[in-house]
Amino acid sequence: MAAQNLKHALFCAIVTLVISYPILGLNLVAEGTKVVLEGADTATVISILLAAVAVFLFQLFRDNIMGSMGKMPNLNPFANREPMEQSKRQRLDTIVLVLLVVGALIWPFFVSRGSVDLATLVLIYIMLALGLNVVVGLAGLLDLGYVAFYAVGAYTFALLYQYFNISFWVALPLGACLAALFGLMLGFPVLRLRGDYLAIVTLGFGEIIRILLNNMTWLTGGPNGIGGIPDPTLFGMEFGRRVKEEGNTLFHEVFNISYSGNHKIIVLYLIALVLALFTAVVIRRFTKMPVGRSWEALREDEIAARSLGLSRTSVKLSAFTIGAFFAGFAGTVFASKQGFISPESFVFLESAIILAIVVLGGMGSQIGVILAAVAVIILPELAREFSEYRMLLFGLAMVLMMIWRPQGLMPMRRMHIELKKQE
Amino acid sequence: MSMLVLEDVHTHYGKIEALHGVSVEVNKGEIVSLIGANGAGKTTLLMTVCGSPQASSGRIILEGRDITRDPTANIMRSGIAIVPEGRRIFSSLTVEENLQMGGFFKSNAENRKSQDHVYSLFPRLKEREFQRAGTMSGGEQQMLAIGRALMSKPKMIILDEPSLGLAPLVIKQIFEIIGHLRDEGITVFLVEQNANQALSLADRGYVLETGRIRLHDTGANLLANPDVRAAYLGG
Repeated sequence: MAAQNLKHALFCAIVTLVISYPILGLNLVAEGTKVVLEGADTATVISILLAAVAVFLFQLFRDNIMGSMGKMPNLNPFANREPMEQSKRQRLDTIVLVLLVVGALIWPFFVSRGSVDLATLVLIYIMLALGLNVVVGLAGLLDLGYVAFYAVGAYTFALLYQYFNISFWVALPLGACLAALFGLMLGFPVLRLRGDYLAIVTLGFGEIIRILLNNMTWLTGGPNGIGGIPDPTLFGMEFGRRVKEEGNTLFHEVFNISYSGNHKIIVLYLIALVLALFTAVVIRRFTKMPVGRSWEALREDEIAARSLGLSRTSVKLSAFTIGAFFAGFAGTVFASKQGFISPESFVFLESAIILAIVVLGGMGSQIGVILAAVAVIILPELAREFSEYRMLLFGLAMVLMMIWRPQGLMPMRRMHIELKKQE
Repeated sequence: MSMLVLEDVHTHYGKIEALHGVSVEVNKGEIVSLIGANGAGKTTLLMTVCGSPQASSGRIILEGRDITRDPTANIMRSGIAIVPEGRRIFSSLTVEENLQMGGFFKSNAENRKSQDHVYSLFPRLKEREFQRAGTMSGGEQQMLAIGRALMSKPKMIILDEPSLGLAPLVIKQIFEIIGHLRDEGITVFLVEQNANQALSLADRGYVLETGRIRLHDTGANLLANPDVRAAYLGG
C-alpha cells in the first residue's frame, strides 16, 4: 500500500514538473531577427519545484488527508437541513423569481454601458442554453452542432435586411422559423442515430452550415461577413442620432430628452430580457405539457415510450425543431446587437460553450442553466487579468464540477414527496 | 371471435430467421399463454406483433384488420397494449407521471378515471403516487408497468414475462391481477417462462420451440402433457 502510494506520488510529481516547466519556465525571446529559447529564472524554477513537492506530499498522504476530510463536520451548512415544504417552497420560488425579473428590469439604468452590453450577451446565451436544454437535457439527444441554428437566425436577419430591407421585428419570427425548419431538416437524417453517432452527425451539420456561409460569397459575403445590420426599433422609433429609415422617428426627440448612446444599449438589453423570459416561459409550459413529458419518456426508455404508442419520429423532430427555434431567436438578437456577423462567430467552440452551460447547469433544469449561463459568460470577463489562463481555468472548473456535482449546479427537480422516516 | 391472429409469420433479424412460420390465434376474452425456452423466439413474436421488427412474410390481423405493415406507433394506439420484458418503467418520473404517459392519447377526464381504476387494482401504487418510479421494489414496478399499459384502455394486453425476477408471493399477486383482467373483459396474451403458473391460468396455450409452434392445446391439457412436463416443468 505504502509502496504503491510512493510510486504514484513520484509519478504525479514528475508529471507536474514535465507539464509546468515548459509552460511557465521556457520563454521565447526575440534577439534581433532570431528567436531564442530562454530558460526560466530561479524564482520560477523554485516555485515549480515547490509545486512538485506539494503534489508529491499530497499524493503520498492522500488517503489520510481525504479520510480526515470526511470526518470533519459537514462544511456545507445546508447539507443536513430538512427540505422545505412544497407549498412554502413554491411561494418562495415565485417571490425570488419576481424580484429577479424586477431587478433585471431596473438594473441597467444604474450601471455602465459595458455591463449592460455584457448582460445582453448573457441573455443571448441564456436563450441558446434554454433551447439546447430541450434537445440535450430533456430529449437526451446530444447535439454538437447547435450553433448552426444560431447562425441561421443571425444570417436570416442580416440577409433579409441587406436584400429586402426588412426590420428586426419582422426578421425575428422569420429567423426563428427558418432555424426551426433547419432543425426539422437535420432531424430527419439523424432519427435513427443515437449517442456518439448522433453527436458526430450534428457536429458535421454545424460545420456544414459554417462552411457554406464561408463559401457562398455571392450571397453572404463569405469571410468578410455582413455589416451594417440595424438595431431594433421600438414602435418606429430609432435610437441613433439621425433617422436612417424613411418614416421612422427618433427616440430622444419623441421623449424630448437629450441624445445618449446608452438608450440603444439599454433597449437592446430589455428586448433580449423579454425574449429570454419568453423563451423560459414557453419552454417551461412545454415541459408541463404532454409533448414535454414525451421527450423525457423517450430519453428514459425508448422501447417503453414506443410501446405506449409514441412515435419516435415526431417526438425527436419536435425536440429538434423547438430547440432550433429558440436558437434562431437568439441569433437574430445577436446579429442586431453586434451589427456585424461573419462565419467566425459560429465556430464549434460556441456549440461547445452552450453545451457546457447546459451540462454545468444541470441537464433539464431551467434555473440551473440560467445560472450556468451567467457564470460561464461573466466569469471569463471578470478574470480578464488571467486572460492567458482563461481556458485553463474553464477546464479546471469543468473537471471539478464533474467530480463534485456531476448532476450540475442545480439538477432538475421533479415534484415528488418523500416519506418521512419512521420515528 | 378472434382478437389477434398470426398467420404463418416469418421474422428476420438481418439474414437470420427467428420465426419460421408461426400461426397463433387469440380469441376475445381469453387468456392465451405462450411458453418456451430461452431463445425460442417468444419476445421476437411479441415484437413482431408490435411491428418492430416487422414480419418479413405472413399476416397479423388485429380484430379483422391487417396490421402487418403498420408502423409501431399506430399499432400501439389501436387498442393493444404491451407490458415489455423487464418492466421498462420511466424510472426518474413519478408513479403518477408514468401512468399519465400510459394514457398519452386519451383525454384528461378519461385518464383520471382509468387512473383511479388502476389504483383500485393496485392500492400499493396509490400509496406511492408521487414517488419516483425507480425507487420502488421490483414487484411494485411490475404493477406500475401493468397499470401503465391499462391506462390506454386496451382491448388486449400483452405481457412479456411479468414474473421475471420477482418473489413468489408477488408473482402470485400479479397472476391474480391477470386473472382479474380477464374478468373485466380484457384479452390477455401472456408470454412466460414460468410455465406452471402461466398454463394453470390460461384458457389455451402454445409452446414455441426455436421459432416454431410445437404444441397447441388448452392450458390444462398442456399442463398434463408429459412432453411439456419434461421440458418445461421439471418432470
